Amino acid sequence: MEEKVKNITTDEQQEYVINMGPQHPSTHGVLRLVVSLKGEIVISVQPHIGYIHRGIEKMCESITYPQIIHLTDRMDYLSAHINNEAVCLNVEKALEVDIPDRVKVIRTIMSELTRIQSHQLWWASFGMDLGGLTCFFYGLRDREKILDIFEETCGGRMLISYNCPGGVMYDIHPNFQKRVKDFIKYFRKILPEYDQLLSGNVIFHERSKGIGKLTLEDAISYGITGPSGRASGFSCDVRKHEPYSAYDRINFKEILHTGGDTYYRYIARIDEMWESMNIIEQLIDNIPEGPYAVKMKPVIKLPEGEYYQRVETARGELGVYIISDGNKNPYRIKFRSPNFVNLSVLNHISKGFKIADLVAIGGSLDLVIPDIDR
Amino acid sequence: MDKIQLGEFIKSIDQNLEIKEGKQYTEVTLPPSKMYSLAKQLKEREEAQFDYLFCLTGVDYGQDMGVVYHLRSTIYDHVVVLKTRTSDREHPQLDSVADIWETANFHEREVFDLLGIKFANHPDLRRLFLDNSWGFPLRKDYVDDINIVTK
Amino acid sequence: MPFDIYDFTSFTEWIDKSLHNTMSPFWTTITEMLIIGVLILLFYALVGLFLVYAERKVCAFMQNRLGPNRVGPFGIFQTIADLFKLLFKELIPIKNADGFLFNLAPFIVIIASFMAIAAIPFAKGLHAIDLNIGVLYVIAVSAMGVIGVLLAGWSSNNKYSLIGAMRSGAQIVSYELSVGLSIITIVILAGSMQLSEIVEAQRLGWFIFRGHIPAFIAFIIFLISSTAETNRGPFDLAEAESELTAGYHVEYSGIKFAFFFLAEYINMFIVASIAATVFLGGWMPFHVGHWDGFNHVMDFIPPFVWYIGKTAFVIFLMMWFKWTFPRLRIDQLLTLEWKYLLPINLVNVLIMAFLVLMGWHF
Repeated sequence: MEEKVKNITTDEQQEYVINMGPQHPSTHGVLRLVVSLKGEIVISVQPHIGYIHRGIEKMCESITYPQIIHLTDRMDYLSAHINNEAVCLNVEKALEVDIPDRVKVIRTIMSELTRIQSHQLWWASFGMDLGGLTCFFYGLRDREKILDIFEETCGGRMLISYNCPGGVMYDIHPNFQKRVKDFIKYFRKILPEYDQLLSGNVIFHERSKGIGKLTLEDAISYGITGPSGRASGFSCDVRKHEPYSAYDRINFKEILHTGGDTYYRYIARIDEMWESMNIIEQLIDNIPEGPYAVKMKPVIKLPEGEYYQRVETARGELGVYIISDGNKNPYRIKFRSPNFVNLSVLNHISKGFKIADLVAIGGSLDLVIPDIDR
Repeated sequence: MDKIQLGEFIKSIDQNLEIKEGKQYTEVTLPPSKMYSLAKQLKEREEAQFDYLFCLTGVDYGQDMGVVYHLRSTIYDHVVVLKTRTSDREHPQLDSVADIWETANFHEREVFDLLGIKFANHPDLRRLFLDNSWGFPLRKDYVDDINIVTK
Repeated sequence: MPFDIYDFTSFTEWIDKSLHNTMSPFWTTITEMLIIGVLILLFYALVGLFLVYAERKVCAFMQNRLGPNRVGPFGIFQTIADLFKLLFKELIPIKNADGFLFNLAPFIVIIASFMAIAAIPFAKGLHAIDLNIGVLYVIAVSAMGVIGVLLAGWSSNNKYSLIGAMRSGAQIVSYELSVGLSIITIVILAGSMQLSEIVEAQRLGWFIFRGHIPAFIAFIIFLISSTAETNRGPFDLAEAESELTAGYHVEYSGIKFAFFFLAEYINMFIVASIAATVFLGGWMPFHVGHWDGFNHVMDFIPPFVWYIGKTAFVIFLMMWFKWTFPRLRIDQLLTLEWKYLLPINLVNVLIMAFLVLMGWHF
């Protein structure tokens, strides 16, 4: 097992090895980066992961399908709702169940709200990493408003487990529509403030333009999806290519830029927040009436076969691959997580930049570590 | 290409491959020795251009162990699924496709870590999540009295 | 002059005479030195306490929250509570660190800022030393602080602190040039390096208004460079919390950390008072040319209040842009100094010299 290990860190030239250890303010989770430097220039970055590996895929082989949903919350916890939706859609597709329109619209609205709150947290921590500590408070202050909406309807703030196979767990709260509309009105005025604080700042431009450039071929070859991939021109939005839930009946743009550096990854996410607000506005007034769930059998058994479902989380394409042998537990379930793939490109795009840039690049890739380790 | 044309195209590369229409995608089952050349052809041929490997899964089938590759083309937007399996449970060995699609680097390390399948020609095959004293947890015959609670 | 009622020279002369009458000249000098030492120490501690509290409140209001408001009314005793906590913390000895240098470094930083306070005029006649090369003395002495920073980084035996200290050393040494040059601009206008003379020369109006364009440019450059000097604001790469987890003072705990912490705030106070003295008139009230009536009214506000007000304004500016801007990278920082600020500064000095020669100032 050890023969193939090419130990880059100790031999060869005089390289200065620094450990950005598992506890570090800017890696946003337990990620260990072993960085070899020459002076201030980064030569290579080796990520060591597994600090939060909980064996979710192995655990899922002994629990039932509705129970899996609660585990998917804890993978990429900032897109919790979208993760749940992936498993539910897969199960519903396998059982060939027709989902009522009301459920589809509710799921879409919640997904877009999840996307906005995930990007708000990303903006807050990205600003903080670069030194503009005020961004942290502004981003989180606005995120609280969305979390209050979630709490009223679903009972939970971040890990909501609102979806279940067949629909959603409870109907939306009567205040839901009004609160969402108020939030959209409020946030439309606030988002330009974010631009004033960070996007338009000359220091920020110096720190992010030209840093960590990812070309289109590399994005496809490494499989980088989500806003990081779309900033390099890779058209990979699952909501456009394989629409699910209510995405086929609304108008929205896929945000594509061709710059590929940290600045464009930043701009892609800000633009996504604007688009998400447009999507919610199209749906919030016309939530169709109907049941909020379809009655499913008490024990869900998927027919034998293999099923794959892709959804677009806030960070990229989440794929759920279920191999079923007819039992109530899946034989093998695989989560193709976007963060796992996004991490693999960190070494490639940080070569030749400085430590301070490494922090900026890591922040712009928007990694959530539990999703990497599962 | 739609599913039928895809099936014919793959048949034209190699006659002896087993092609099946799954519920969603075209599935091709092949022995490990032919895996790498087919993968390379699928990436490079004009009509196919499968440049996006979006899922690489290691599976323990009970008697055999194998890997499932999901490939997509960003230009033509068709999907094909490649499956290989090997019955050698002591020292399972497959060919690495990390030089065709860079994303396979981390995915194959994960498969090696959790299932024990080694990949030839992989640039850096080390364990990813766990350290060297663990067995291979995702195998069906993995027994761990301390950490796994069985009912 | 109307504000001679606030003149401290008579008060200090009275103390001096009474001491001479009671003891020999040798003991008089010793007693005076003791008095000044204790007063400056007290001043140091009070200003440090107040500035830490002010920073936390200002920062909090900018971030849409309240800041300390539990310990004492409006949280004014928060810093004292923090000080007690730091005093009780364990001083963790580092195994392979150079013990002597490790313990010496915080003291060097404190001593450097201590010496600089001594030369600043707080009101007419209220300063400890009045050298005729006052400006040069202050700049030279505050430059000694960089030795403390480098020693701290080196003797901690820690890669992170070494990187932080190196960065900080390069930064401080580079930006001293800009600080010096921008003050030289005003020295040209004032005609003297003695601080009390500079303040007296602003009797007819503050230099920032009298020297119009070059003085204003010099003020901006001075603000930027002095923020970089004190490792604050967008230039705090040496202690970048989110990158290198506190940089050069990461291995210090307890009272030694408190020294570094306090020294940073006192340094900020010192550069703000230099800015206030040299550009904004020190303790001189706001006079406009020969408008005697207006000047007379302005004189009723005590000079000490003017001085504190101006310093507080500059400190507020520095805090304001610390909490707004992201951080500069080390090479961008040095590029800013060597490629932009230094040439602009040199040209500015020439313009000011030309101005003074032609008499085109107010």
